[in-house]
Amino acid sequence: MSYLRRFGRFWWDFVVGDEWRIALIVAVATALGVVAALDGRIRGELIACGVAVGVMAAVCDVVIAAGRRTR
Amino acid sequence: MSLSTLGIGAACFLASAVEFVEALTIVLALGVMRGWRSALWGAVSALALLILAVAAIGPSITQRVDRHWLQLVVGVLLLIFGLQWLRKAILRSSGRLALHDEDEAFVSEAEAAHDAPRDLRLGLDWYAFTIAFKGVLLEGLEVVFIVVSFGASTSDRVPAVVGAGTAFALVLAFGIAVHRPLSRVPENLIKHGVGLLLSTFGVFWLVEGLNAVAKNGHPVEWPGGDVALPFILLAWFACSQFCIRALRRAPQGVIV
Repeated sequence: MSYLRRFGRFWWDFVVGDEWRIALIVAVATALGVVAALDGRIRGELIACGVAVGVMAAVCDVVIAAGRRTR
Repeated sequence: MSLSTLGIGAACFLASAVEFVEALTIVLALGVMRGWRSALWGAVSALALLILAVAAIGPSITQRVDRHWLQLVVGVLLLIFGLQWLRKAILRSSGRLALHDEDEAFVSEAEAAHDAPRDLRLGLDWYAFTIAFKGVLLEGLEVVFIVVSFGASTSDRVPAVVGAGTAFALVLAFGIAVHRPLSRVPENLIKHGVGLLLSTFGVFWLVEGLNAVAKNGHPVEWPGGDVALPFILLAWFACSQFCIRALRRAPQGVIV
């Protein structure tokens, strides 16, 4: 394995870890939050709660599904 | 002392304690099997490199990057990081993942150290030096990431540094006193707590960081400001309990 690939692999493992779906959820929630903040039509408090609730619901779904796959 | 300061200190203390316990296990196994000189040189060299990294990166980040952008990036990274900790803690609590055992880790590290050939370089047992160096560097890197993130996202770096420093001093003192792996530390419980705290601050700062792009006159704010923190923590706790119960109810096997 080349040095560059090992370097990339290390940082991927360090940041993303074993479950890439969690990183994807956070990325999608951030993107939606950015779009809503740029738009400015939705109230700030609603964006905050929406991001939190969205991430929490999606993470619960992913973790439960991952746990069930370990049967 | 504010809720936020207390939470930052606790998160840095607990996260650092877990990482330092794991690093201590590696250094102890190498010290016992291969001799203390090389293992300690490896550990001290890694610590020196980590301290240099914090001194170089920490202040320059806060001076050069806009606070909201910093909160956005740190929030995203902390949230991913915290959720990985929380995910593992949930899987372990529900019996889906084997519990981390420091005694087992010590035995396996000691066996590998016993079987490795002796290679002398610069007057040091190179195997003991490099394994101790890598172990402390990798475990310490997580501590550095957490401490720098927390320190950079708030105006006060003291709680993050004090939390990590206290954890280091305590783990080191216990390690010297008992001279064996700290297997009685309730690691899964601590990891669960760290996961909850990192996820809480992660989502809090991610949202605060959205102000980097928010339209003028339309700030993105938490209802109640800092008062939202304990409610977010409580919500993450409820989520983790929900997941644990759902997984305990389902038919199960254990990953070893």
